[in-house]
Amino acid sequence: MNSKRRVLLKGTLAAGTVGVAVGAGVLTPRNVLAEAREAFQEGSMDEILKSALGSDHHEAGHVRVEAPNIAENGAVVPVSVESDLDGVTEIAILAAANSTPLTSRYELGEGTRPKISTRIKMGETSDVVAVVKNGDGLYSGRKEVKVTVGGCGG
Amino acid sequence: MNLTRREFLQVLAAAGAAGFTLPGTRPARAARIPTDPYEVPPGGNISLLHFTDCHGQLLPLYFREPHVNLGVGGMRGRPPHLVGEHLLRHYGIDHPSLHAHAYTHLDYTRLAETYGRVGGFAHLATLVKRMREQRPGALLLDGGDTWGGGSATGLWTRGQDMVDAQLRLGVDVMTGHWEYTFGADRVQEVVENDYAGRIDFVAQNVTDADWGDRIFRPYVIREVNGVQVAVIGQSFPYTPIANPRHLIPQWSFGIRDGEMQETVRKARHEGAEVVVLLSHNGMDVDIELARRVDGIDAILGGHTHDAVPAPLPVKTPSGGTCLVTNGGSNGKFLGVLDLDFRDGAIRGYQYRLLPVFSELIDPDREMAAYIREMRQQQVTFEGETFPMEERLGEELAVSEDLLYRRGNFNGTFDQLICDALMEQVDAEIAFSPGFRWGTTVLPGMPITFEHVMDHTALTYPAVTRNEMSGRRIHQILEDVADNLFNKDPFYQQGGDMVRVGGLRYSIDPTREMGERITDLELNGKPLEPQRNYVVAGWASVQERPAGDTGRRIWDVVADYLRDHRNVAIRHLNQPRLKGVAGNPGLGEA
Repeated sequence: MNSKRRVLLKGTLAAGTVGVAVGAGVLTPRNVLAEAREAFQEGSMDEILKSALGSDHHEAGHVRVEAPNIAENGAVVPVSVESDLDGVTEIAILAAANSTPLTSRYELGEGTRPKISTRIKMGETSDVVAVVKNGDGLYSGRKEVKVTVGGCGG
Repeated sequence: MNLTRREFLQVLAAAGAAGFTLPGTRPARAARIPTDPYEVPPGGNISLLHFTDCHGQLLPLYFREPHVNLGVGGMRGRPPHLVGEHLLRHYGIDHPSLHAHAYTHLDYTRLAETYGRVGGFAHLATLVKRMREQRPGALLLDGGDTWGGGSATGLWTRGQDMVDAQLRLGVDVMTGHWEYTFGADRVQEVVENDYAGRIDFVAQNVTDADWGDRIFRPYVIREVNGVQVAVIGQSFPYTPIANPRHLIPQWSFGIRDGEMQETVRKARHEGAEVVVLLSHNGMDVDIELARRVDGIDAILGGHTHDAVPAPLPVKTPSGGTCLVTNGGSNGKFLGVLDLDFRDGAIRGYQYRLLPVFSELIDPDREMAAYIREMRQQQVTFEGETFPMEERLGEELAVSEDLLYRRGNFNGTFDQLICDALMEQVDAEIAFSPGFRWGTTVLPGMPITFEHVMDHTALTYPAVTRNEMSGRRIHQILEDVADNLFNKDPFYQQGGDMVRVGGLRYSIDPTREMGERITDLELNGKPLEPQRNYVVAGWASVQERPAGDTGRRIWDVVADYLRDHRNVAIRHLNQPRLKGVAGNPGLGEA
């Protein structure tokens, strides 16, 4: 049934889809750019935000973060970020308790819907914070994701 | 000193004369009932029969309900966090009585000797048939944890014993949790072959980890007496965390309340007039879900093994009502929900959580024969071939005390497992998982190998021996306590507190993570955060557990029992409790 199709899809398209998204200019993960390297370093949330988005002042609101309550696998935690703001140019996703809090940063082309789905790595229980930038400033949303030792259920 | 059936009926007659009551949806008007507690006239035109968390228990057994089942925050004192007399008072049940014995731990040994064993699929089958005769078109829903854990024959046959029993029982719809610990391939194999066209396996919250496609159908619509009834499935949301993820590496779970709302809308759009959720969330999660999602008429719940006599009506976001039930465990109960659906709406309902007292119900001959023959077969497990019945019947030791597991903290059977671990693998501290399955052994009864398997049978049985720092031990206790006592039910995993041997501690369940566990001690001395201690454990969720001793937990416990022959629990290592005095989820042992 279904599962066979999934296996096929995985084998043939997985690499291709990512390539298409970047190639079409929809997403430009900044971590491929040398000048952004300093944002992906150890530091406090505020320091990282300053170097990633130019300011650490952000207002809560207009950003929805979706992530599991408890991570199934801390190495690949699925996170979705969506904003209802117009003219969003950049989105940064941070795991507050990680030693290098910035997990990824995106520049959006004009007219792109501000919606990102990605996987992040988390070492321990933490707020996942998404900060979006438009002409008016920075806005943020957050969601706590627990990372537990596991076992001992039901 | 079990009673014969005739004597038992006399006991019941006496109980009836003494004002024996059957709890229902209107506890205040609970009627005196005749001597037959299974005489339940239908209360509507749509009937849903529900059992859950039977944990592969095909034969009648003893199962003691907990004396500690604490609720914190908004859950304090609210069902299911009521034990003993608090529960009886809330539901208007007399004590002693058949139902008081079914729902509580009170006078457990004495009443178990009087009323006898509970459950058993041959007895359940008779009861199901009787309910179906009175309720044409009734659906039989199985909430999962049917293949195990805690079943030897389930483990040895990869769940086939239960699959065949479910088909004979006539299960219509099911969802899962421990089924997944047999691996994704095995689940798919059964769903695509044995269950095909017979049992609908539904789960709205299991998806492909990369692509997000659903693995199973989210719901099924069945016509019941001319009414379209949707049954949505919800598997245990934290399966890849509480159980080994490597067994289902490509499947993702979670509560997914947003998707649940979409699923309800879709089912309604497709023509469903009644929507029920067959859930393995656990009762606190179900109650919270009912508050967030519109359009579900009833949640037939399991996972937390709560024997809740009456549904809890919960107000949904748009002001409707969702009935939330939880159906107990181990085949001990059959839930019967009758809905009176007329002119496009539910006008009334009746619910019974019927205890399955094996002495009071004639076994179904066909099912009894199936179980007997299945158990007499040879099986090959991990390269060894042996007759199942013979292996299960070995009497390892005699218990001087009542042995049970269920409860927030160490039960006496857990103590036995921890003692066995410490002695057999030479450790100062033992950890044993807070599973809610595991049968009860009465004082003076022989402890058989089957009893040991009732408490240990699972697909990841490795016994481990590791050095851990005092700080790490403390962190583990805090972590597990937060899975149990988090004030937000969506963060609860539905197990009980990890059982400990050697170590002593205090716990205040009402505090926040990192502040609940204090006063850690070993042999009268405070646990040193920097020092390393030797810790034995089992059921690691890691694919290659650190410190694997190469021994399986049932062998360790069986060897310990063979060495001792007589077992007494001299010290039940329960933590000192703080902050919960007067909590209705706390009773005397």
